Amino acid sequence: MELLFVLLVAVFFAAAVYLMLSKALVRMLLGTVLLANAVNLLLFASGRVLRAVPPIIPAGRDVPAALTANPLPQALILTAIVISFSFFAFLLVLVYRAWQDLGTDVANEMRIAEPEDEPAPPAGY
Amino acid sequence: MAATQADLSAALVLTPVPPADWLVVLPVALPLLAGAVLTMLRRSVRLQAALAVPVLALVVLLDALLLAHVHGNGPVTMVMGRWLPPFGIAFTADLAGVLFALAAAVVALAGSVHALADIGDGERRYGFYPFLLLLVAGVTGAFLTGDVFNLYVWFEVLLISSFGLIVLGSEARQIDGAIRYAFLNLVATTLFLVATGYLYGLFGTLNMADIAVKAAERRADLPTMTLAALYLLAFGMKAAAFPVHFWLPASYHTPRVTVSALFAGLLTKVGVYALLRTLVMLFPVEREELSFVIALAGAATMLVGALGALGQSDIRRLLGYTVVSGIGVMLSGLALGSPGGVGGAIFYALHSMVVMTALYMAAGLAGRLSGTFDLNRLGGLHARSAFFSGLSLVLVFAVSGLPPFSGFWPKVMVTKAALDIGAWWLAAAILASGFLTTIAFARLFLLAWWRPAEGDLPAVEMPAGALLPLALLAVLALWFGLFPDALLSAVQSAAQGLADPSAYVRSVFPEVN
Repeated sequence: MELLFVLLVAVFFAAAVYLMLSKALVRMLLGTVLLANAVNLLLFASGRVLRAVPPIIPAGRDVPAALTANPLPQALILTAIVISFSFFAFLLVLVYRAWQDLGTDVANEMRIAEPEDEPAPPAGY
Repeated sequence: MAATQADLSAALVLTPVPPADWLVVLPVALPLLAGAVLTMLRRSVRLQAALAVPVLALVVLLDALLLAHVHGNGPVTMVMGRWLPPFGIAFTADLAGVLFALAAAVVALAGSVHALADIGDGERRYGFYPFLLLLVAGVTGAFLTGDVFNLYVWFEVLLISSFGLIVLGSEARQIDGAIRYAFLNLVATTLFLVATGYLYGLFGTLNMADIAVKAAERRADLPTMTLAALYLLAFGMKAAAFPVHFWLPASYHTPRVTVSALFAGLLTKVGVYALLRTLVMLFPVEREELSFVIALAGAATMLVGALGALGQSDIRRLLGYTVVSGIGVMLSGLALGSPGGVGGAIFYALHSMVVMTALYMAAGLAGRLSGTFDLNRLGGLHARSAFFSGLSLVLVFAVSGLPPFSGFWPKVMVTKAALDIGAWWLAAAILASGFLTTIAFARLFLLAWWRPAEGDLPAVEMPAGALLPLALLAVLALWFGLFPDALLSAVQSAAQGLADPSAYVRSVFPEVN
């Protein structure tokens, strides 16, 4: 089971890195989404994958009766999902604005912040 | 699993928290709360500054009190929701964290005052002050937390607020810069999360004190080198270390000058702090193994930054490369790992927070007075205002690492630490980068301040609101250059507290030792 997870995470990472190496911002954006999900799966696997009951403690007891699933990685993933989704939303709007204002979605063609023909600093008075 | 009723005193804090310990969370809770209130009062443009500046002044006061408390009593811990560590999330303030937090609060206060003169109503309506307060909450939280995943969350809090700040104004060049900034920082924090996932899988805990103890016991059986290398890459990217520094000079010159100043003071230093926290406190053996790589990266960062600064004609971009160059000195201190090296790195980080913020403010004022940021056209600023010229000269000396200003002492500490272990090439790189930085800033001062203006300068008023924080920060740079003793001993104890975390661990687990 864990081997399957590891392979899945590896495929996700590979696809994410491939997409993020692209010059087109939309592909990079999709790459970050895949990357975030790859990390979520990795966090899930780091809490160990096993057949166990949900960590619910019956009434009248303070400790669970039997071995339960680890709830912490799920809390971590939940946090990470919220964060990565909000980042995705921000980046999506940013890329859309870039396409509207700069007229391109290719990273190399955006040279407004760093113009190619900027003059060298003066060598003397 | 025999007992059905557990002894709750093993898992929960049952006694009330001493009042003085509340100081640990107040510097985070207060700006977070004020940020939320100001978000609701988004339309009341006038209220924004009237609320934000006093709140930040209060945060400075709270951080100063916390520093006095920690300096007197050692590290202080407070846990969330009464759950004892390692189950509950712990906030642990030690000397290193509080020193960083205090410097960050001072820089943020200076930025909030500078914004009075630099940030218009339009930007305030789109949330400059709420973003600033949330940025301060995120930065302070990162400095004070004692939990690795919590550190990740604070990184995201400060990152999303910085996204809001960098696009404020929505000019085309800002969007260009923001794209580079946002994508690369997102990748860096995701790498941090990957490392944290592995960390949890290996140790089964996220509490820093717990990890420090367990790593010392179980190092031989676990692939801790992978963790240390991943943290080095992730935080090196956040700190803008060579070869993953390219996002910084591509974006820091695009937003409003106040925002650039705040970024230069607050953001990369969180990366440096996280490097110190993970590599010196949690994984010291692995840091020793990696020290040659870190030293090489540090030397390259210093020289690339200084050479980049020499090649720029836009003074804001020149400053961006100077921020990168300073990170190299801090990395060198980290690579050396001795009390002098780590102490020097902490001192340099504090110095860099104050001086780089002030330099961006000075550049903004220079740009406003002469209507351009281009070195080819700047001039006549000394004739315009001798006071502003004097303040700028203090900062130029401080950033070049010349005595008697604050940049001198940490460079002495790191260079001496490098020579002590015979790393002459690292000491040479520090001195060479200092020399190149001196040339770059001497030329900047010569051209922009001393050279007579070509035509008449535009008739712009000298804004007092922009000059006041600049003067405050320049005085700090001069003060800690003339009287460095208190800070020197503080950063050395902070470095020792990182290298030997027994007091930190005792503060989190009082019953163990």
